[in-house]
Amino acid sequence: MPNEIVLSMKNISKTFPGVRALDHVDFTLRSGEIHALMGENGAGKSTLIKVLTGVEEFESGEIRIEGGSRSIINHSPQEAQEHGISTVYQEVNLCPNLSVAENLFIGREPKRAGLIDWKTMNRKAAELLSRLDMNIDVTKALENYSIALQQMIAIARAVDMSAKVLILDEPTSSLDDNEVVKLFGLMRRLKAEGVGIIFVTHFLEQVYEVCDKITVLRNGGLVGEYETETLPRVQLVAKMMGKDFDDLAAIKKEGNRVQKNSEAVIDARGIGRHGTIKPYDLQIRKGEVIGLTGLLGSGRSELARSLYGADKPDSGQLKVNGKTVVIRTPIDAMMAGMAYLPENRKEEGIVADLSVRENLILALQAKRGMFHPIGSKEQEELANKYVELLQIKTASLDTPIKSLSGGNQQKVILGRWLLTDPDFLILDEPTRGIDVGTKTEIQKLVVQLAKEGVTVMFISSEIEEMIRTCSRMAVLRDREKVSELKEDELDQNHIMKAIAGGGGTNE
Amino acid sequence: MNKGKAFIKRLTGYRLFLPIFCLVLVLISNLIKTPGFFEVTIKNGVLYGYIIDVINRASDLVILSVGMTLVVAASAGTDISVGAVMSVAGAVCCFILSGGQQTVNEFANPYILGVLAAILAGILCGCFNGFLVARLKIQPMVATLILFTAGRGIAQLITKGQITYIRVESYKMLGASIPGIPIPTPVFVALIVVLLTYVLLRKTSLGLYIQTVGINPKASKLMGIKSSMIIFLSYVFCGLCAGISGLVASSRIYSADANNIGLNLELDAILAVALGGNSLAGGKFSLLGSVIGAYTIQALSTTLYAMGVSPDQIPVYKAIVVVVIVALQSTELKRMINKLQINVKSGKKVA
Amino acid sequence: MKKREKLDGKVFLLIITILLFLVMYAAGLIIFNSKGFAKPQVFLNLFISNAGLIVIAAGMTMVMITGGIDISVGSVVAMTCMMLAWMMENKGIGAVTALLIVLIMGIVFGLVQGFFIAYLKLQPFIVTLAGMFFARGMTAIISQEMISIKNEMFLKWAKSKINLTFLGGAVNKKGVINYPFIYPSVIIALVTLIGIFILLKFTKFGRTIYAVGGNEQSALMMGLNVRRTKLLVYVINGFLCSLGGFLFALNTCAGFVEQAKGFEMEAIASAVIGGTLLTGGVGNVFGSLFGVLIKGTIETFITFQGTLSSWWTKITIAALLAFFIILQSLFAKAKEKQ
Repeated sequence: MPNEIVLSMKNISKTFPGVRALDHVDFTLRSGEIHALMGENGAGKSTLIKVLTGVEEFESGEIRIEGGSRSIINHSPQEAQEHGISTVYQEVNLCPNLSVAENLFIGREPKRAGLIDWKTMNRKAAELLSRLDMNIDVTKALENYSIALQQMIAIARAVDMSAKVLILDEPTSSLDDNEVVKLFGLMRRLKAEGVGIIFVTHFLEQVYEVCDKITVLRNGGLVGEYETETLPRVQLVAKMMGKDFDDLAAIKKEGNRVQKNSEAVIDARGIGRHGTIKPYDLQIRKGEVIGLTGLLGSGRSELARSLYGADKPDSGQLKVNGKTVVIRTPIDAMMAGMAYLPENRKEEGIVADLSVRENLILALQAKRGMFHPIGSKEQEELANKYVELLQIKTASLDTPIKSLSGGNQQKVILGRWLLTDPDFLILDEPTRGIDVGTKTEIQKLVVQLAKEGVTVMFISSEIEEMIRTCSRMAVLRDREKVSELKEDELDQNHIMKAIAGGGGTNE
Repeated sequence: MNKGKAFIKRLTGYRLFLPIFCLVLVLISNLIKTPGFFEVTIKNGVLYGYIIDVINRASDLVILSVGMTLVVAASAGTDISVGAVMSVAGAVCCFILSGGQQTVNEFANPYILGVLAAILAGILCGCFNGFLVARLKIQPMVATLILFTAGRGIAQLITKGQITYIRVESYKMLGASIPGIPIPTPVFVALIVVLLTYVLLRKTSLGLYIQTVGINPKASKLMGIKSSMIIFLSYVFCGLCAGISGLVASSRIYSADANNIGLNLELDAILAVALGGNSLAGGKFSLLGSVIGAYTIQALSTTLYAMGVSPDQIPVYKAIVVVVIVALQSTELKRMINKLQINVKSGKKVA
Repeated sequence: MKKREKLDGKVFLLIITILLFLVMYAAGLIIFNSKGFAKPQVFLNLFISNAGLIVIAAGMTMVMITGGIDISVGSVVAMTCMMLAWMMENKGIGAVTALLIVLIMGIVFGLVQGFFIAYLKLQPFIVTLAGMFFARGMTAIISQEMISIKNEMFLKWAKSKINLTFLGGAVNKKGVINYPFIYPSVIIALVTLIGIFILLKFTKFGRTIYAVGGNEQSALMMGLNVRRTKLLVYVINGFLCSLGGFLFALNTCAGFVEQAKGFEMEAIASAVIGGTLLTGGVGNVFGSLFGVLIKGTIETFITFQGTLSSWWTKITIAALLAFFIILQSLFAKAKEKQ
């Protein structure tokens, strides 16, 4: 293939307050190439994209396009577009109420006598789309078409605005298998036309299906650039997670054996929700710490949310402590003895303007009901107890939670749920973005709780943490629960193989 | 110097600083203009004086602003139908008590029946608003716009387009005074509504729920708090308050005047909430702040009346105050000012 | 590719509206046949008495497409009428100058509201609510008494009939042929309506209005100037409000404080009944025209019926608004489920 370099980024660095987001990262893209950009949370993928498209500024390094001698700096997505760099995001950035043709041409409509020439616009739009094998009615509003088609229309718009570099930022996250196939068809066609495509995704299968090259980032640094054909899946996962696959010392576990014959607290059969998590079976016994593992976007949180009723499941049956329960909303789950610490602390956890005390007692209050308010004395006692127990650092009980540090906020949310005395506690990324000390405290607490008979579901991106705390793991890939790992299989090798999946063909 | 600054910062940071500051400002300016402002005399066994008049007349508004505070906190929107709902409640009450006559000298039905019917009418209006906002997710102002316009029409229909007079002494008591008690009755009504609401918010966890829903509906869902129910309740409560306020207003003029009961009070109620230091974007609220805000506005209105401004003209000044308060709360303005400051600073450095 | 034609929600709403109008008018023809409902003039009167509302509903439609709202329109109409009356009668200013002044005043009013909404990102409701009370109060400040307009030129504008001879005339008792007629205000209203239609459909600015209402974030990402578009929409709306106010004044020939009360709801209802979505992004000025005609027909019914109070108009409009809002929300829910 005649592969000229269309984009080269050299020595790019960028610092956010307190964090080195990009540390001398290089990235090269050739024409007619689909290039995967991979990395776990905080690896620097999105920062790199933002720097490239002018959403963020960078401190040092240079960006060149088409091997040009002049380095460019983009200050806005529009400027990037003028340089031939277009981005299509996971959420389609088009207007659902406008027609397909308008979405393709808005801001640059063909005109006649100063007025928009709809006929020409519709004809041009139809031509453009049929060239990309999409024969749809361009006069209909965009919202009549599936997300996949909308995404492809967004791509068509980007390409038509003379894109030499096309960035696809997690475009497949909300597509089903058939739609992904169609999208890939379009990507291959563009590749044949010589467009360079940067493909950001969490789905390993998809990377191995369409990508020519893979660049892996970790903690803001470049791990390396690889040919897809020569990089086995397990190796890729290891590189993303920062573990050398061949040299893994098993992390010593802090014993948390479960009595083998304790009863099942949770017995889920065929629970699923269309488009977010495929139906799964899951049994969890009392005092167990079950880990959910998988890459970002594999359906870990979605599984937890479907159990808790945060996103109402559309199939399956659930027994809690042997009794069949129907869970439509979180309050049903709470009444059945569940508790859920959400992944996104800021958006779904804290009630920012309320005090630490109020944040602590809220869930218990909701469980008791509106007409059985917790008296101020009891509130104080409970709050004090948990502030002490969890060693929450706060000026006073009446300090707004928003002025606490991230770790302490998380402890408050954790305390909020412990106050409800749950049988089954779901912790979704409880240690993300908090300091190391607090992390260890939370891990210890989880093990302690399990010993006291609480059943815990633990979700984390950090494998060591999972090994340290979990007694069993369920593995998810591509929104499906694919396997379970027993206690004696819990080591990094096993886990990574399970996460990577389908390893046979690539090893 | 620094100590003084810190003191001012702490003072202005205090939640009720804005409403109290405004109230004091209005009162002082009144005192300067009208030295007799705080004088209180007794005529016919009832207290008289400017200040009494302010406290008395503010009662309707205080009651309304209590309901409005909850609506704003829970739904980040406002109920602009309260004035019209007041007139509906007044019309319903007078219709029941007059038995459909235009003027009566004695009750056609028991007094309590009229009162209950008026309150029920207020609650029903609140249910309608609440249904549109909480269930159908219509923007609060559009939803309440329906009753804002139609409400007075409904009141007109009930009174058959006439002003219905209830010329019964006991009907006037609610809006004037009860013999033997020197303080006007509306003051008590307002006090009772405020106290009962306070107790309701304290003895149930409604207040906590409303704030939680207003601040973070997603988090409240995960904690098992149904935001749509809470928002619905806040509108029903607001309707109830408007009903009570309508009763008082109707009793003041011992009639149902569909065109004028509660006229322009919706703006005053919103202003009271904003002046009370509550964000119109919802969330944390202070009932006391709104109450002080309501008294401030009435004091302001009375002052303006005294200066010869007609009731029709007053909204001009109030509208300006609303926009200024809301603009000051806006983050966009803060950002613009910050940017300007940075520009000025860097400009200095260059120079 | 599927060739299955599915009825679009927004088209469906518009069809309901047009059908509703036709059914109502047909019902009127049957019920009030003896009172002369079938005369062409009755139909033309719908346009004559609602010329101002047609213009203002067009502006409201534009504002609502961006996802905003303006509840100050009724008060601005009152202020415009009062300004016109006051300038011509109390200050002796000529009709043309007075008209120019009020049009500029409308633009400035829109500019201020638009600045608060587009640049300070305040809620349109709050800003225009304040605008509503401000304009109404200003009306009272100008004059608390009603001012009748006696300016000759203005009355000439107001009363010069344009006979539509092609509709055929009728000979009255004195032997004079009376043709169905309209006033110049109708022509101004319809020309404005067509102008706004062209603006919305055939200019980049117009399409940007739709884009902003459809998804503001996307519009930004596609390189459209969202803030300027919003500001301009409120400015144009301010102009249309004062123009509508002028047409309104041609009908009433007076300015008074209570004028055009509840007009904001009639304008919003017309837009919503005409298929404009409260959530923004969808709307059509011709739909709003039908909304206005429906309101006019209800009014005509009440006049013909003779015994019903005029309050019934407001209540019926409010009920219709509620009905269409619920309908919209049901459509939105059905779409979500798909």
